[in-house]
Amino acid sequence: MPEIKVTPLGAGQDVGRSCILVSIAGKNVMLDCGMHMGYNDDRRFPDFSYITQNGRLTDFLDCVIISHFHLDHCGALPYFSEMVGYDGPIYMTHPTKAICPILLEDYRKITVDKKGETNFFTSQMIKDCMKKVVAVHLHQTVQVDEELEIKAYYAGHVLGAAMFQIKVGCESVVYTGDYNMTPDRHLGAAWIDKCRPDLLITESTYATTIRDSKRCRERDFLKKVHETVERGGKVLIPVFALGRAQELCILLETFWERMNLKAPIYFSTGLTEKANHYYKLFITWTNQKIRKTFVQRNMFEFKHIKAFDRAFADNPGPMVVFATPGMLHAGQSLQIFRKWAGNEKNMVIMPGYCVQGTVGHKILSGQRKLEMEGRQIVSLSQFAHGIQGKVAPDSQHLCSPPLLLQLEVKMQVEYMSFSAHADAKGIMQLIRQAEPRNVLLVHGEAKKMEFLKQKIEQEFHVNCYMPANGETTTIFTNPSIPVDISLGLLKRETAIGLLPDAKKPKLMHGTLIMKDNSFRLVSPEQALKELGLAEHQLRFTCRVHIQDPRKEHETVLRVYNHLKGVLKDYSVQHLPDGSITVESILIQATAHSEDQGTKVLLVSWTYQDEELGSYLTSLLKKGLPQSSS
Amino acid sequence: EDRELLERQQHEDLSTKKLRLTKPSKSAALHVDLCKATSPADALQYLLQFARKPVEVESVEGVVRILLEHYYKENDASVRLKIASLLGLLSKTAGFSPDCIMDDAINTLQNEKSHQVLAQLLDTLLVIGTKLTENPSVRMRLVEVACKHLTDSSHGVRNKCLQLIGCLGPVEKGVAKEAESQAAKDVQKIIGDHFNDQDPRVRTAAIKAMLQLHERGLKLQQAIYGQACKLLADDYEQVRSAAVQLIWVLSQLYPESIVPIPSSNEEIRLVDDAFGKICHMVSDGSWVVRVQAAKLLGSMQQVSSHFLEQTLDKKLMSDLRRKRTAHERAKELYSSGEFSSGRKWGDDAPKEEIDTGAVNLIESGACGAFVHGLEDEMYEVRIAAVEALCMLAQSSPSFAEKCLDFLVDMFNDEIEEVRLQSIHTMRKISNNITLREDQLDTVLAVLEDSSRDIREALHELLCCTNVSTKEGIHLALVELLKNLTKYPTDRESIWKCLKFLGSRHPTLVLPLVPELLSTHPFFDTPEPDMDDPAYIAVLVLIFNAAKSCPTMPALFSDHTFRHYAYLRDSLSHLVPPLRLPGRKLVSSPVSPSITPHEDPSQQFLHQSLERVYNLQHLDPQGIQELLEFTIRDLQRLGELQSELAGMADFTATYLQCQLLLIKALQEKLWNVAAPLYLKQNALASAAAKQILEETYKMEFMYSGVESRQVVIIHHMRLQAKALQLIVTARTTRGVEPLFGMCEKFLQEVDSFQRCFISELPQMQGSFVDKLLDLMPRLVTSKPSEVVKILQTTLRQSTFLHLPLPEQLHRASANIIEPTGESDNPLRFTSGLVVALDVDATLEHVQDPQGTVKVQVLYPDGQAQLIHPKPADFRNPGPGRHRLITQVYLSHTAWTEPCQIEVRLLLAYNSNRSKAAAKIAKSTWNESPEALPQPENGIEGTIPFSKPVKVYIMPKPARR
Repeated sequence: MPEIKVTPLGAGQDVGRSCILVSIAGKNVMLDCGMHMGYNDDRRFPDFSYITQNGRLTDFLDCVIISHFHLDHCGALPYFSEMVGYDGPIYMTHPTKAICPILLEDYRKITVDKKGETNFFTSQMIKDCMKKVVAVHLHQTVQVDEELEIKAYYAGHVLGAAMFQIKVGCESVVYTGDYNMTPDRHLGAAWIDKCRPDLLITESTYATTIRDSKRCRERDFLKKVHETVERGGKVLIPVFALGRAQELCILLETFWERMNLKAPIYFSTGLTEKANHYYKLFITWTNQKIRKTFVQRNMFEFKHIKAFDRAFADNPGPMVVFATPGMLHAGQSLQIFRKWAGNEKNMVIMPGYCVQGTVGHKILSGQRKLEMEGRQIVSLSQFAHGIQGKVAPDSQHLCSPPLLLQLEVKMQVEYMSFSAHADAKGIMQLIRQAEPRNVLLVHGEAKKMEFLKQKIEQEFHVNCYMPANGETTTIFTNPSIPVDISLGLLKRETAIGLLPDAKKPKLMHGTLIMKDNSFRLVSPEQALKELGLAEHQLRFTCRVHIQDPRKEHETVLRVYNHLKGVLKDYSVQHLPDGSITVESILIQATAHSEDQGTKVLLVSWTYQDEELGSYLTSLLKKGLPQSSS
Repeated sequence: EDRELLERQQHEDLSTKKLRLTKPSKSAALHVDLCKATSPADALQYLLQFARKPVEVESVEGVVRILLEHYYKENDASVRLKIASLLGLLSKTAGFSPDCIMDDAINTLQNEKSHQVLAQLLDTLLVIGTKLTENPSVRMRLVEVACKHLTDSSHGVRNKCLQLIGCLGPVEKGVAKEAESQAAKDVQKIIGDHFNDQDPRVRTAAIKAMLQLHERGLKLQQAIYGQACKLLADDYEQVRSAAVQLIWVLSQLYPESIVPIPSSNEEIRLVDDAFGKICHMVSDGSWVVRVQAAKLLGSMQQVSSHFLEQTLDKKLMSDLRRKRTAHERAKELYSSGEFSSGRKWGDDAPKEEIDTGAVNLIESGACGAFVHGLEDEMYEVRIAAVEALCMLAQSSPSFAEKCLDFLVDMFNDEIEEVRLQSIHTMRKISNNITLREDQLDTVLAVLEDSSRDIREALHELLCCTNVSTKEGIHLALVELLKNLTKYPTDRESIWKCLKFLGSRHPTLVLPLVPELLSTHPFFDTPEPDMDDPAYIAVLVLIFNAAKSCPTMPALFSDHTFRHYAYLRDSLSHLVPPLRLPGRKLVSSPVSPSITPHEDPSQQFLHQSLERVYNLQHLDPQGIQELLEFTIRDLQRLGELQSELAGMADFTATYLQCQLLLIKALQEKLWNVAAPLYLKQNALASAAAKQILEETYKMEFMYSGVESRQVVIIHHMRLQAKALQLIVTARTTRGVEPLFGMCEKFLQEVDSFQRCFISELPQMQGSFVDKLLDLMPRLVTSKPSEVVKILQTTLRQSTFLHLPLPEQLHRASANIIEPTGESDNPLRFTSGLVVALDVDATLEHVQDPQGTVKVQVLYPDGQAQLIHPKPADFRNPGPGRHRLITQVYLSHTAWTEPCQIEVRLLLAYNSNRSKAAAKIAKSTWNESPEALPQPENGIEGTIPFSKPVKVYIMPKPARR
C-alpha cells in the first residue's frame, strides 16, 4: 500500500527549529529549516545526520521548502546548505527570499561578532545559500521534477508567509507553516482551496486558545496611546523589527491620520528601514485595504512615522517611539526606557510575550524598582529576528560589571498581545476548508496538541497524528489511479446507462491494458486487435433435469411461458427450431434417453452473460410451477 | 386578440409602404451578400457587419427568413452560431412579435449537431419565449423542447435548457394539467434532478432556474430543502452562492415547518435550521459566498431569539481555561464601578478550567457568525454583516442591546465606508438601546475623526442616543466641545446635536448645570463671551433641557437670562421657548405665535382664504385691497409658523398672481386707445411676465403639489398667456404676427383640455371653462376677434379656489460655505482655476441630483452654471439634502479684488412636470403625429437660495 512518511527533525511537539521531512511517493521533501532560540549549542540546528551520515544531502532530498522568514523556520538554512552540503533547489516566496538574508545576516552578526562563536556560517555562505533559492508566486504550480509539484497558498502570518501543497501524482501533502486566519492591519487571512490533501501538516501554537476579537485589543491600544499623548506623555513600544512592528505602525499611522494628531512617532532605524522597504514593494502580499489604496498612497510610506535619533529621546513634549528589541533586555529600547521610566506621565506598552529575566518581564509582573547595570549597554540591534517570545535571556549581558543602579519605574506599564497565529477555531476552519484525509500537528506543545487532536478526530472523523522529534509517522494512502479510456468505449457505455453521476461509481466492461507504465481501458475487440490475439469464446453449458411427462415441445412451451412470466424485462423468444432464447442464452430441451418422464434442459451461455445464465439455471432448477396450464 | 392582430396588420401595411419609399430592402441586401460569400469566413464577416446596423421592425421577418435559409445551407458551425445569435437579436426588436418565426427556430434544433450552436439556438428560443410570455401554449412547447435537450452531453446546452425552463416553465398547476398529460411534468422535479449534475455550471443553472420559478410566483416544494442543504457543501463557489439563496427562499416560504437535526432525535423549525446553515456559510472559503450569506442573514426576521443571540457568541479560552471577552470585562468593570482603571498585565488571565469535552470548536449552528463576519478580511463582507446586524436589530430590541458592543467596535474599522455604515446602523437602532458609559466613550472617541462625513454621522447618532448617566452627558459635552475647537466648521451640526441631547435628558443635565455655567453660590463669576461657539453650545444643551425641567431656570445667573433672550432671537431653531418665572417680558414678543395648539394658525389660514374666495362680486378696488391684506397676513404667518410656511407662501403666491391679473385688467385702462397708454401696457406685460414666473415657481419649487393644484397653476398660466396675447395685440401693428400667436394660444388651450380633462368639471365659470364653450367660434374667427373675446372672458371669469394639499413644503437652500464674511480675497493666477468649496443644505428638494445647479455671477455680468456631481449630494434625512461640492472659478486678470456671487438654482423643465406625464399617458394609444408638445419643454431656473458673495482676485500671470 502506498504510504506517506513524515519525520519531524524539529517542531515535533515543540516550538522552534521547524524542520520536517516528508517522503511521498518516493520523493523526499524537507519542509522548513529553522533554528531553536532556546539553545546555543548543537541542539539549535536540526540534526541533519538523521538524513545521511556521510555524503551530500542533495542525493537524499528532492527539494527544500521554506514557509516564511522567521528564524525558527529558516535559521539553519546556510548551515544546512553550505556547511552540511545541499545543492538542490530551495523554494520560498519572493518576500521571504528578499527578507530572509537580512535576518540571517543579523543572526550571524550577533552569534559571531557579539558572542564570538566560531565555526558558524559566514556572510558568503548566506549569499551562496540564497543563490540556490527558487522564488515562487502564490498559487503558482512549480514543477520540481517530472512528478513532484508544489504550490504556494497565502498564509497571512508575516509578509510572504505561505502554505505549501506538495503533490506527487494524486497523493498530496499540505504544509501550513505558521498561519493566521484572522486578518490584521497589514495582512490578510490565510486561505486554501478545497484541495483535499492526503495529509495536512498544520502548526498548533494556539491549540487550546480561542481568541477574542482583534478590534477590542486594537481599540485599547489606540486609546491608551492617544490618552498618553494628549496628556503630554511619551509612549515607548518595544518591538521586534519585523512583523508585528509593521502592523502596529500601520495601526498608529492610520489612527494619526484619522484623528489628525500631530505628536511625532519615531521608529528606531537600521534593520527596520530595510524591512519597510520590502513591505512597500510587496504590496500584493498585504491586505485588501493596503492593496486597494496603494495607488493613491502606499501605506508603508509613513507620513507620521519618522526615523529615530538617539537625541530625540530628550526632546520635550509627547511622542511615540517604536524601539528594538521587544523584551527591553538591551539596546535602544532599554536606553529609552531608562530615560523615561521616572515620569508617571509616560507609558510603555509591551506588545508581546517577555521571557523571564528580562526587564520587560520584570516590569510586567509588577516590579517597580529595578536594579540596572551602570554601564551603558552598547549594542545596535539585538535579536531582531521578528518572532516574539522564545528568546533565551541573554546571559552575556547579565554578567556585566557589578555596578548596579536603582531605577524606580513610575511610568505606566501596559501589556497588549498581538499575535499572528491561528487559534483553535482558526485551525479547525482551515481543516474544514482543505478537507484533508489525515492531519498532523507540529509546532506546538504536546499537552495542547492532545486536546486539539482529540477535537479534530471527533469533529472531522479523520486521523490525527502528533509525532515527536525524530519519530516517524506513516500514513497509508489510497491513491486513485488514472486510466485512459478509449472514447468509443466511453460513448458506448454511457449510451447504455443514464447520465453519468459524479457521486456514484459506474460499472463498465472493458479490457485494461497495462503497458509502459500507462493504463488504458479499451473495448475487448480493440484489445484483441492490438495484442494480435484471436478471440476465444467461452461458453458455459448446463443440463437441468425436469420431471415432465409431456412431450418435448410442450415442455418447451411451458418453460417458455414460465420464463416469459418471470423475466419480464428481457426478451424471451421461442424459436421455430424448438429452442428458447433469453437474450443470448440458448435453452434446448431433449427427452432423457433413459427416462422419458425426465426432460433434459440444455442451457448454454457465453461468459459475458454469466450473471443472467447462472440466475436462469437456478431458476430452472427450482422446477416449473405445478399449475400446468 | 383579433383586434390586436388587425391593428398589427394595419400597422405593418402602413410601415411596409413607408419602407419602400425610404430604404432598399435590408433582407434583399443581406441575401445578396450571403450568396456572394465564398467562404465561411466571408459569410461571418457579412453577418458581423450586418449585426452592427439596426433593423426596422417591418423588415425583421424578411431578414429572419433569409437567415434561416442560409442556416440550413451552411456547413460551418461558427456561421450557424452567428446566425442563431442574430435570430435572437432580431427577435428582441421592439414591436416585433416573434411567434411567426418560432416554429422555424424550433425546427432548426432538430438536425443541429454542434453543441455551441444548439446552446445559442436555445438562447434564441429563450428570447422568443420571454417576448411571448402571455401565450401558455408557446411556453409549453418551448419547455418541452428544453426538456428534450436536457440529456445533452454539453453543459452549455443543459445550462440553457434549465434557464429556459426556469423562465418559461408553467407556474400555475392548472395550466400544466390542461396541456397534454404527457407534458404535464413537474418542472420542479425536472430542475431538481439536475441539482446533482456532474457539471457545476449546470448545477448553478438548475438552482438559478429554481429561483427564477420562485420569482415568477411558483411555490417551491419543501422537499428540495434537503437537496439544497447538500449543495451548500459543493466544491464550487457559484453553486454554494446560489444554494444559499435557495435555502433562504425556502426558509421564507416554510419558516415554521419542522426539520430533524441529523445525528440526533431533536427537531427544529426550518427557519432556524436554515439560519444556522447560512450562518455557517459566513465563514466560507469564498468571499462571494460570505457576502451573499451575510446579506441574507439580515432578512431572516422569523428566527427565534435564541439562535439570533448565538450569532454574537464566541466562547473564548486560553490554555483550556475559560476566558472572558473584552466586552464582558468592560461590562463587569462598569457594573463594579471601576471604569477607567488602567489594565494590568494578566488582567485578562483566564480563570476557570474548561471541560475539554464540552468545547465545540466547529459549531454547525449560528454560533459566532457575526463575530466572524465583522472580522472578515474583505470589507464587502463586513459591510454586509453590519447591514444584516442593523436589520435584525431593528426587529429585535434584545438583539439590538447585544450587538451594540460589536457595532461600537466597528467604529474603528480601517475602511471609512464600514465605519460610516456602522454609525448609520447604530443610529437606526438607537431607539432600542441605551449606551453604557464605556461604550459612549468609544463612540465619542471617533468625534476626532478627520472625515467630515464620519463626524456628522456621529452627531446625527448622538442626536438620538439614550445616555444612562450624568457623567455620560458630561463626557459627551466635553468631547463635542473638543471636536468644536478642532473642527470649527462643525459648529451647526454640534449645536443641533446638543439640542437633542439636552431635550432628551433633562434630568441628567440638571445636576450638571452649576458646573457647566460655572456659577458659584457665593461669588459672581465673570460673564462668558456671548460669541464663543463653545459657550453657545453649552447654553443650547441647557436651554433645551430646561424646556421640560421647570426647576432648572432657578439655577441660572442673570446674564444667562440675557443670553437666553439673545439666543432665542438669533438662533431660534436651536433654542426653545422657555417659561421663565417673572420674566414674561423677555419671551413675550414671540409668545403669541407659540401657543401650544397649532390649530388656530391653521384655522386662520383657511379663514383668510375662505374670505378671499367667497368675495366674487366685490368692486375691483375692494378685491384688490382684500387681496393685498390677505397676502400680507399670509406672508407674516409663514414667517411665524414654520410648519405652515410652505402652505402660506404657496397661497400667497397664488393670490399675488391673482392680484396682478386683476390690476392688469383694470377696466378703464383698456378703454383708452392703445398708443397713448404705453405705461399701462408696460404694467400689463410686466404683470403677465411675473405671473408666468410665479406659476413656474409654484409648480416646481414646492414638494407635495398634487394634480389638483397643478391644474390651477396651469390655468393661471393660461390666463397670463391670454393677457400677454391681448397686450401684444394692442401694441403691434398689422395682423400677421397675431395669426401665429393666436394659433399657438389655441393650441395651448387645447392641450390644457387634454391634460386636465378629468378636472374640468370642477372649474365651472372659470376662464378656461368659458373659453372652451367659445372654442368653435374662436377657431374660425380672426385674431382681432379672438383678442376681444379673450379680453371679455378674462374679465368675466371667476376666481378659482385653490385647494390645499395635506403637506406642502417650499424648497429652500442655505449656503453654509462660503460664508461671505471673508475680507481676504481668494487670490489666484488668471487663466488658471481655483476651487471654491461650496457647502449647502437643501430642504424639500425632490431629485436634487437632477435639478440643483450652482450659479456663479462675475462682476462683468458673466454667469456660469455648474452642475454638481451626483456624488456631491448626501442625504442625511428625509426631505433634507446636503450639497458639498467644489466650484471651479477662473477669470482674466483684474486690477483689484472684487466680489462674485454664488447662488443655487433649481432647474425645471416643463416636460418633466406632472401635466406632461399625464399627456404622455393619455396620448399613448393615439398616433404619435397627433401629439402636440404643449410648451415644448420650457426650461428655466429658479434661484432658491440667498446669494453669497465671495471676494476673489485673479492676478495677472507673472512672466
